[in-house]
Amino acid sequence: MLLPLLIMTGLAIVLGAVMGYVSVRFRADSDPLVDKVDAILPQTQCGQCGYPGCRPYAEAIANQEAEINQCPPGGDEGIRKLAELLGREYKPLDAAHGAEKPKSVAVIDEATCIGCTLCIQACPVDAIVGAAKQMHTVVATLCTGCELCVPPCPVDCIRMELVRDTVDTWKWRRPIIPIKAVA
Amino acid sequence: MNRRRGFGFHGGIEPNSYKSETTRLPIRVAPISEELVVPLHQNIGGTPRPLVRVGEYVFKGQRIGAADGNISAAVHAPTSGHVTALELRQVPHASGLADPVVVIRADGEDAWMAPEPFDWRAAPPDAVRDYLRDAGVVGLGGAVFPSHLKMRPGDADAIDTLILNGAECEPFITCDDLLMRERAATILRGASILARLTGARETLVGIEDNKPEAIAAMRQAGAGMAGVEVVVLPTRYPTGGAKQLIRALTGIEVPHGARSTEFGVQCFNVGTAHAVADALERGRPLISRIVTVAGAVRTPRNYEVLIGTPVRELLADAGMMAGVERVLMGGPMMGFALPGYAVPVVKATNCLIAWTPGLLPEQPEERPCIRCGACAEVCPADLQPLELYWYARGNQFGKAQEYGVFDCIECGCCAYVCPSNIRLVDYYRYAKSEIWASERDKARADAARARFDARNARIEREKSERAARVAAKTAASRAAVSAIPDASADGVSEPSVSNAGPASGSEAAKHALIAQALARVRARQAGQDVADDPGGAAGAHQPGDTGHTTS
Repeated sequence: MLLPLLIMTGLAIVLGAVMGYVSVRFRADSDPLVDKVDAILPQTQCGQCGYPGCRPYAEAIANQEAEINQCPPGGDEGIRKLAELLGREYKPLDAAHGAEKPKSVAVIDEATCIGCTLCIQACPVDAIVGAAKQMHTVVATLCTGCELCVPPCPVDCIRMELVRDTVDTWKWRRPIIPIKAVA
Repeated sequence: MNRRRGFGFHGGIEPNSYKSETTRLPIRVAPISEELVVPLHQNIGGTPRPLVRVGEYVFKGQRIGAADGNISAAVHAPTSGHVTALELRQVPHASGLADPVVVIRADGEDAWMAPEPFDWRAAPPDAVRDYLRDAGVVGLGGAVFPSHLKMRPGDADAIDTLILNGAECEPFITCDDLLMRERAATILRGASILARLTGARETLVGIEDNKPEAIAAMRQAGAGMAGVEVVVLPTRYPTGGAKQLIRALTGIEVPHGARSTEFGVQCFNVGTAHAVADALERGRPLISRIVTVAGAVRTPRNYEVLIGTPVRELLADAGMMAGVERVLMGGPMMGFALPGYAVPVVKATNCLIAWTPGLLPEQPEERPCIRCGACAEVCPADLQPLELYWYARGNQFGKAQEYGVFDCIECGCCAYVCPSNIRLVDYYRYAKSEIWASERDKARADAARARFDARNARIEREKSERAARVAAKTAASRAAVSAIPDASADGVSEPSVSNAGPASGSEAAKHALIAQALARVRARQAGQDVADDPGGAAGAHQPGDTGHTTS
């Protein structure tokens, strides 16, 4: 009668110790679900979702605090990927957070720039170079097109320019199958 | 002589060759156009940097674009004249988009620049490779991959077999055929240079058996050369694909994801070998190539054309007939319709076909896939084209990649045999470019994430550094207060115990502190100009360091 109880108690203690050790020794540094969600988000860091960057939004999604349809740069495709990853229902993009726009980059009119550094402080990815009272310019290859630099500019010298296809980035279109009326 | 019979490869088709009409006449040197349009980006890899300015005079063969980055090759002025523009113009690409070009107005002198003597036999291998890069030598079989990257002496993979690709399997194209007929000796001299640079012991020249004149010429030219063998291969499209030719000549099947160099084999087009000989023996950069002009023209033939010659002028010289609806660049299997006739001939232009209705069998309407598997039987890359088709059509690009869409050489055999007339290659191209685009997006997103994290870390660090400085300053002030014992001991008034600090802050101590601070400020104002007033850059703001040492 006593032996089985002892065996079970002993097992419970040993296994508990092992699990406790493992949970400390092999602790996951960050939530793997957050990483997966973050990998789908476009990393524009624009804050249109209402969170200060893509990772905070990913954390909110993983904690079920935010909807998956708050990211306009990610667009419809992004929402579908999130829905698939999280097993949630697909929802169209929430218009309150903005509309999906074609990819663009910020361009500073260098003749008008007064060198106030406000845009440099606004840029979430440090894509603007310049110094106080010196001309600023946007490094186009690093710009995510978040538009956060546009409102702070006191002289309105920043505009968004569409990224045009080049020979290198041009894509073959999906072959179109013509539909013909039969009857 | 004909020891080897070839090993063959899986699949392939035997389409009507349409080659006879362009092989009757010898190569004609095309007239020099008044205006040559030289695109900078004519190679796989980085776009060369322009080296000339508008208005500058350039000699024939002068470098006008320098190789940029590791994978790149230079471009040169095809004739002497003045640079009239550096701008974006339509280039021969399926997109019809514009790309940077150098426009040269020919002066008619056709004056070569002074030759730079270069002794490739004495130069170290790296110098020879750099020389070929600066001579703009790229693969002329159509892929325009910079040739210097294909010969790396001293690499782990030792090359023992050099393959010269003279198969020219695609219908209509005869530029390599004519080059081999007329310039076999130069090709083989180029081959011996390539063999020496790669360290290859034997050279195999693969030619399809529908080119008897080329075979005879190459055999005659190679008669006295050791280690050179001309192998006649059965005519079967696409023998000219690099992996297919290697398989047909050596029996080696280069697996998915591997390079032929891992198996000791390297493959060059005969035109490339010719260009290598021209560059190293005569110091002539790659400024012209042989182009087949076929289809609805009065004199279908091969031309030696300067790079940058507008397609329109070449077609006019051949006598383009009325009723041409479009011009294909490349063959009917792998080529594409040019977006316009003003685009120039580039290093990749091997053939121009003036297309009229009736030239080729009409492509009937596309019907549903019946999964008959005919495409899999002819696929020379041993893929399952029908699976790839379904995945590409269903936008399941991950699956398409799993099924080896990037091993597809876009030869078009599958579409050729498809009983439902599905334009299969269009689906594979679509899938490939979508995958490339998403990889580019991902790389950009990863870079943005890293920069965002780095910026946040920096802001965090600056904040804590600032807090630490403030804390240090406060501590120093407190220490200063406690270091004035006489002030508190004298006690002008009774010590009022402040509820905030543990340090007994008497009025006298406070006065002493204020006096100290005033002295510090005065010292600073006297010592330096007011130059450290922050202009606004909060991110880069460094508080003045005159601070916290008690004076």
